[in-house]
Amino acid sequence: MHLEIKHLYKQFSARGNTIVALKDINLHVETGELVCAVGASGSGKSTMLRIVAGLEQPTAGEVLVDGQPVIGPGADRGMVFQSYTLYPWMTVEENISFGLKLQGASLADRFEQACYYMGVVGLSQFAKALPRELSGGMKQRVAIARALASQPKILLMDEPFGALDVQTRETMQGFLIDLWQNTGTTILTITHDVEEAVFLSQRVYVMSARPGTIRQELVIDLPADRNEAVRRSSTFQDYRYAILDLLRQPVAVGA
Amino acid sequence: MSDPVLIPHDPPLVRNPGPARMLRPSVFWQIAEDLPPRLSWILMALSIALPLVLWAIVASSGLVKSLFLPSPAQVVTAIHRLWVSGALPVDIQSSLLRIMGGFALATAIAIPLGTLMGTFASIRSLMEPIVGIVRYMPATAFIPLLILYFGLGELPKILLVFVGTLFFNTLMVMDSVKFIPKEMIEATYTLGGNRWQVLLQVILPYIMPGIIDTCRVNMAAAWNLVIVSELVAATEGLGRRISVAQRFLKTDEIFAGLIIIGAIGLTIDILFRLLLRYACRWSVKA
Repeated sequence: MHLEIKHLYKQFSARGNTIVALKDINLHVETGELVCAVGASGSGKSTMLRIVAGLEQPTAGEVLVDGQPVIGPGADRGMVFQSYTLYPWMTVEENISFGLKLQGASLADRFEQACYYMGVVGLSQFAKALPRELSGGMKQRVAIARALASQPKILLMDEPFGALDVQTRETMQGFLIDLWQNTGTTILTITHDVEEAVFLSQRVYVMSARPGTIRQELVIDLPADRNEAVRRSSTFQDYRYAILDLLRQPVAVGA
Repeated sequence: MSDPVLIPHDPPLVRNPGPARMLRPSVFWQIAEDLPPRLSWILMALSIALPLVLWAIVASSGLVKSLFLPSPAQVVTAIHRLWVSGALPVDIQSSLLRIMGGFALATAIAIPLGTLMGTFASIRSLMEPIVGIVRYMPATAFIPLLILYFGLGELPKILLVFVGTLFFNTLMVMDSVKFIPKEMIEATYTLGGNRWQVLLQVILPYIMPGIIDTCRVNMAAAWNLVIVSELVAATEGLGRRISVAQRFLKTDEIFAGLIIIGAIGLTIDILFRLLLRYACRWSVKA
């Protein structure tokens, strides 16, 4: 798997004004990596991820997955949204296996995959529950399992824990690290939470706002086994402050 | 760094603030809260019982001639009489058949059309103007045309119900598509779904409660139309029953007809609610 974003531009026009949302974005993700793009609101990070997913079209530039240009959404790029997008009329099991159903998998295959991924996200005893009976964290775990069940080449996550409370959020970050280590999934996440970006990632792209550009790429050299001790280490804090400083840098006048 | 905020002077004083005002608790007047079930049932029973009692009092007081306002007992007798004579079952059956025919036809077109209009902006642009115009033409104004084209038989009556409910059904089904979160459709694309699958396997199940509710609400309009069509020309039916009763000054039978129509309407309403509860358990508040 090799994801590459090359010279990506995105412009919107609103009430006669042209807004440059993304300016010359270059980024890559390799097999098995967990990469974060971190930025304030207005940095266009969400737009960037949506272009990678194929849900929006770039103004210029391209996105390549294994050398093939992205022209629209597909099951090779699974996506987890910030808002809860589970199908409310389906059980947890049906939600998770729905992607396979769309792709024409047999009932037996779907059942097998659903069982497997319910186990991966620890929700086996909720197989028959409806989404409304689940907590926010559980809903996002189902959403992740649903995306993974289609066996995408890369998992895209748009502020996946943004709607969760702090405690649940930290639990989910640990959960994602475990899941990533156990399944070897390639993941590209965007977030505005600097601590989350450092905790999760092997590499971080720091984005600046208006226009959205990539200010710097950082390799996060922390132990692979991320835990609370790592979160409290001074190296972790150094990365955190470095990114916060980058985010705080004023934008050049006229840019 | 940002400049310190300068506060020019103290905020203006509020005169005579008095003791702090607080909202007093209330059960009856609480907004956006559920009533205790007991109170809810009592109020619902009152809603039927109160007008009934009022009616009985006025009728027995002699203030209004019984020719104009029969007593509840007289109306019950009339219902019984009409039922035993076999007229009432025939009336109910013919009115119901007309409604079912017209409404089923309207729904069969409104569900796919409304769903397509709600889903695709192109179909909406193509259809909304014409639907919007025809919707404003009162269905009853089509009666002369329907009689000219199709005579006085069953067909024009069924078509009147059809014309009168088709457009409202279509627009309300269309509206229910609006509420589907865009992300839910996008998530389906990223799971490998195509547009056809999104339409049939995501949008349609999502709006099913809306469709059932639309049918429930517009059923009232269907009753309206069938009665009107029977007032104009029919040999049987509840509307026909009422118009004949008027001709012979049988106020008790007019009341009987009205009450039967109300009772059947309420029954159909409850049936739709049960259908919603049964078929779309996920959307009903637990």
